[in-house]
Amino acid sequence: MAIWLSKDSKILVQGITGSEGTKHTRRMVASGSAVVAGVTPGKGGREVDGIPVYDKVPEAVEATGADVAVVFVPPRFAKSAVIETIDAGVPLCVVITEGIPVHDTLGFWSYNQRQGQRTRIVGPNCPGVISPGASNAGIIPADITEGGRIGLVSKSGTLTYQMMYELRDIGFSTCVGIGGDPVIGTTHIDCLEAFEADPDTDAVVMIGEIGGDAEERAAAYIKDNVTKPVVGYVAGFTAPEGKTMGHAGAIVSGSSGTAAAKQEALEAVGVRVGRTPSATAQLMREVMTSG
Amino acid sequence: MDLFEYQAKELFERHGVPVLPGDVAASPEEAQAAAEQVGGRVVVKAQVKTGGRGKAGGIKLAENPQDAAAKAGEILGLDIKGHTVRRVLIAQASEIAEEYYFSFLLDRANRTFLAMASREGGVDIEQVAATNPEALARVPVDPHDGVDRTRARKIAEEARFPEEVLDPAADVITALWEAFTTEDATLVEVNPLVKVPDGRVLALDAKVTLDDNADFRHPDVFASYADSHAVDPLEAKAKEKGLNYVKLDGEVGVIGNGAGLVMSTLDVVAYAGEDFGGVKPANFLDIGGGASADVMADGLDIILGDPAVRSVFVNVFGGITSCDAVANGIVQAIELLKSRGEQIDKPLVVRLDGNNAEEGRRILDQAEHDVVEMVDTMDDAARRAAELAAAPAAGN
Repeated sequence: MAIWLSKDSKILVQGITGSEGTKHTRRMVASGSAVVAGVTPGKGGREVDGIPVYDKVPEAVEATGADVAVVFVPPRFAKSAVIETIDAGVPLCVVITEGIPVHDTLGFWSYNQRQGQRTRIVGPNCPGVISPGASNAGIIPADITEGGRIGLVSKSGTLTYQMMYELRDIGFSTCVGIGGDPVIGTTHIDCLEAFEADPDTDAVVMIGEIGGDAEERAAAYIKDNVTKPVVGYVAGFTAPEGKTMGHAGAIVSGSSGTAAAKQEALEAVGVRVGRTPSATAQLMREVMTSG
Repeated sequence: MDLFEYQAKELFERHGVPVLPGDVAASPEEAQAAAEQVGGRVVVKAQVKTGGRGKAGGIKLAENPQDAAAKAGEILGLDIKGHTVRRVLIAQASEIAEEYYFSFLLDRANRTFLAMASREGGVDIEQVAATNPEALARVPVDPHDGVDRTRARKIAEEARFPEEVLDPAADVITALWEAFTTEDATLVEVNPLVKVPDGRVLALDAKVTLDDNADFRHPDVFASYADSHAVDPLEAKAKEKGLNYVKLDGEVGVIGNGAGLVMSTLDVVAYAGEDFGGVKPANFLDIGGGASADVMADGLDIILGDPAVRSVFVNVFGGITSCDAVANGIVQAIELLKSRGEQIDKPLVVRLDGNNAEEGRRILDQAEHDVVEMVDTMDDAARRAAELAAAPAAGN
């Protein structure tokens, strides 16, 4: 059953009438996911490919029982969209939108804390969550790999796809793209905790990148809490200091946040770290085939 | 976006944060005029977006306007940690009774805002944090609660600011919080925050970083503070085209889709380069999820326009975009560049995987461009690109 998503997940798409929202709704449906509702303020009563559109999240939830929200709305409307989802009590909210001001992200994050963390927020600026063969909440291509017993957590979208591709013969329970923004709702640690508890996951690939100290914190968490094998990869070993490489979070400042520091922290707690995506996949292959 | 000190102070003033009078100057003549305007002794301060200005000779006291012109002449054009000084701030000189430190910033790890304050100002605050952590108060600020005057005073108390400073400091902190939130800043830092002999508390220095994602809320601020000198010409051109490009100092041009994959590509190229005389990536270029022909053409155009580039590695994993579209993009990009009269004589190593990769490879095969070479895996392609980049240097 993997983590957070199952065959029974009922997906609601916020911003379903926008071009990205419509395109990815079709992809989710094509991969077998149950998209039960869309929400676009002012467009209630319409349909997108037969999926009913509502003005507000609470109406949509009441009418369809949706329990996963995927957010495609533009950055300026994202904060209110996420808060509406929290208010409606939707347990999982996947925020795909890229370019949300960090004051807005902290705004909905802290709002969710005050509501007792009813909603798990994934993202923003992330590709989403997929349990191959069961459900796909977001934009991760569903045809790269079948279901299997590896869990994957990554800050980067295309590196997620690359790793899924490298290990497609073994397959994944759930892959979570947590997003590259400086503030995100779900961290490496949250995913490690869920994978550790998930009977359908045997081992975890963790993909990080330069900047911040999330990987170091994950290493400390693994030391005390994770018994399943974890294999790691960190992108950006050769990145220069002080340059932002695409992700707002990916910036090395001084000696902190370097790939080497992250690798060292992970290896110190027994996580094997690959130098390249293919070397990392090879390490995971050894884990999964050594029985 | 990081602001210059003079810009940060303009922004502070708009929100009622007290600063000393001053003006910015780009020449000794302007400096003299500014000093006359300000009156009395002035401080001439290099405007660069880096620390350590004082040690580098970028901050000098001037006794009168003529002296200010002379000091500006010494400072303008200085290179401070790779930043050329193009402007100086002429600020009123002030007697300082005491120096403190204050900042609001984003605390990524704890997903909150943070106020940091210390009685030990005017020094490297990271050093204070390392050697005397109790001297630096760190107070989390919930975005919903914000910072009103009562809370501001509490923060000043936690930092053990002197009793007589608490009220004026609370006013400054309240105004700084307003600047921080209204302007969508991720950092406002005042080091030093000073008490002057008459008891007032002022921001003697100012450092502000604005959130680029919030530019749509502050179009005027972003337009007026954009720093055309800061960017490499190729970076400027890429930005104009909406491409995410960073110039690096190697020889292998890199194009890929997705920031993480491109960062990873840089690593793989650098590793491969170790076997070929140490060739390295020449750039970071992320063309994003949808690699249309136009985007690919713009990307190739920028990379081929870099004289340091000797070979190009196009590394695409077809996720949302299918590889046949990417291949068509490459073919059309080459045609487009040729039609613009550009010579394409640098080898392109292409690796396509994922969605519809076989069709993509077939399209490139059929196009029979002699500069394009396809390699199956990311590692092998990086190796080949490094080898090609090294070849001319080896004397072929």
